[in-house]
Amino acid sequence: MTQIFAYIAHKDGVADDTALELLTAAAAIAPNAPVTAIVAGNAPQLDAVAEALAQGFAEVWKFSSDSLAQPNAEIIRPVLASALPAGSIVLMGHDTFAMDMAPGLSIKRDVPFVSDVVGVDGLAGDVLTLVRQEYGGQVSAHVQTNVAGGAVLTLRAGSFAPAEGAGSGQIVDKSGEIGEPAMRRVFLEMAAAEVDDVDISKEDVLVSIGRGIGDEENIEIAQELAEAMGGVVACSRPIVDARWMNRSRQVGTSGQTVKPKVYLACGISGSFQHLGGIKGSPFIVAINTNPKAPIFQAADVGIVADILDFLPELTEAINGE
Amino acid sequence: MDILVCVKRVPDTSTNEIEVNDAGTDIERDDLVYSINEWDNYAVEEALQIVDRVGGSVTVAAVGDDESDEVLRRAMAMGVENAMLLSGDAFAGLDGRGVATVLQAAAKTKGIDLILTGAQADDGCAQVGGMLAAMLDQPFASLVNMIEVESDKTLKIGREVEGGEQEISRIELPCVLSIQTGINEPRYVGVRGIRKVASVEIPTMDAAALGLTAEALAPQVERLDYFTPEVGAGAEMLEGSTEEMVAKLIEMLQAKGGMK
Ligand SMILES: Cc1cc2nc3c(=O)[nH]c(=O)nc-3n(C[C@H](O)[C@H](O)[C@H](O)COP(=O)(O)OP(=O)(O)OC[C@H]3O[C@@H](n4cnc5c(N)ncnc54)[C@H](O)[C@@H]3O)c2cc1C
Repeated sequence: MTQIFAYIAHKDGVADDTALELLTAAAAIAPNAPVTAIVAGNAPQLDAVAEALAQGFAEVWKFSSDSLAQPNAEIIRPVLASALPAGSIVLMGHDTFAMDMAPGLSIKRDVPFVSDVVGVDGLAGDVLTLVRQEYGGQVSAHVQTNVAGGAVLTLRAGSFAPAEGAGSGQIVDKSGEIGEPAMRRVFLEMAAAEVDDVDISKEDVLVSIGRGIGDEENIEIAQELAEAMGGVVACSRPIVDARWMNRSRQVGTSGQTVKPKVYLACGISGSFQHLGGIKGSPFIVAINTNPKAPIFQAADVGIVADILDFLPELTEAINGE
Repeated sequence: MDILVCVKRVPDTSTNEIEVNDAGTDIERDDLVYSINEWDNYAVEEALQIVDRVGGSVTVAAVGDDESDEVLRRAMAMGVENAMLLSGDAFAGLDGRGVATVLQAAAKTKGIDLILTGAQADDGCAQVGGMLAAMLDQPFASLVNMIEVESDKTLKIGREVEGGEQEISRIELPCVLSIQTGINEPRYVGVRGIRKVASVEIPTMDAAALGLTAEALAPQVERLDYFTPEVGAGAEMLEGSTEEMVAKLIEMLQAKGGMK
């Protein structure tokens, strides 16, 4: 029988929100398969996480070691590669840690790897069909893989509804499996995020610009609109990468999480990493030249227009009132 | 430091509307504009900057069809000395693991201290770098946004994690790093630079040259079809003239508190 393991990320003693989503995905893959949560870290935070997870999972495997005080894929990967039974399907949230760990784990276990899964179509025999997105979410695809020998899958946060907890599970201490940790990559420190004079997480109105702004000098157009509305300018990642704005203005999973009353997404395609920063579901207005841009799925109001024309018109109308 | 950078030629999503073809077998490829994968461009620039600081050489490698030589030449126009095109019938329809298999075979043909890949490409799989490292049994770090060469044995690296934090580590060489956008400012590539390298001979290697069998390259993950993403609730689309849309939007913004 298929055995499913869900690797659960955690921070400050709290399991990641995706934990119960992985349980739902597991049920979609194999409804009756036992699901074991895996957590790695060090006490006492790890114990708190393991106990919380035992409320949802039938079994929790705990890997505790001081060398794991910080998540380190280079240490955990070989441990899991040997500790998991043959044929296991391993699920993880598609986060920055999974990007470090999952591809190599699939090679070390010699099983297929499918990343950033947004849907499960089900298992027919040994063949699992999954849904992914490509080209920044502009198109979707069904992919298929044989999981008879196991698999490693990473799942996009928010794609599966969180499951109900199954009651009191059993915690199994697997720390003995860690042995002498491989130390080819050693954690040194965590550098904090940049801060700025403006804290976009505290603003009610954000005029957020993306690559569609085209040129650094065009940012002025967004600034004038933000001023007219009494808000500030935020942005998507390419604007920060181009050094046109500070990282503290970036909205998204690797930037800031914001909760304004109104979010104007201007020339932003709506990648899931960007949308991850506006989870508080404010009133989202999207302005984009591409009527099929994924942002229109997340927005409340959509306008197909060139922002270089539309934003100045909007500013003028607001100022003229 | 001898560095190998893996690059891919991809449809440019910032300038193209990507659509599914009628049969659902592929995306509509007519009129697509192709470019180097955005993440790879930062990887090429980083390799050049490292070699400027500590010496060594940069080689770029692409798995793809003949047209992939375009991204190799672009990297050469940036200043990369060596390129390898990994191409041949046996490489059609590879999955990520297959691509990593080809790249590790190519890496073994040279003395390489450091391999850089982009963090991800057009398919968003973010898998080739991590697979390549595991195949070579080298340490790996993804989403790297800072590299400092400490010695010929170690690098100090920064990884981008959620919330804008940066995880700083020391990693042993040889290793594989996948590069995150924003790590540097990639230099501009002018038409003149491209023209200069237009006639450079780029060595091509196929499966036989790399000693790879069809079995080693057989895909484990297969794409069945492409389809247009299911439409959820979606936005209420405003229609009409610009003035009408502006007026309607202002009304809505006022109602939602989006106006001072
Ligand atoms: C690990 C990781 C973390 C990431 N974290 C973040 C993050 O925190 N935040 C983030 O934003 N991204 C993040 N990204 C990047 C993300 O995947 C996308 O690449 C990015 O969000 C795209 O930004 P964009 O929408 O501005 O650009 P594009 O995707 O290039 O979209 C530009 C849009 O503008 C439209 N457009 C062009 N011209 C005009 C015009 N004149 N008028 C109107 N519309 C126009 C186009 O139709 C297109 O839809 C991350 C990626 C990775 C791998």
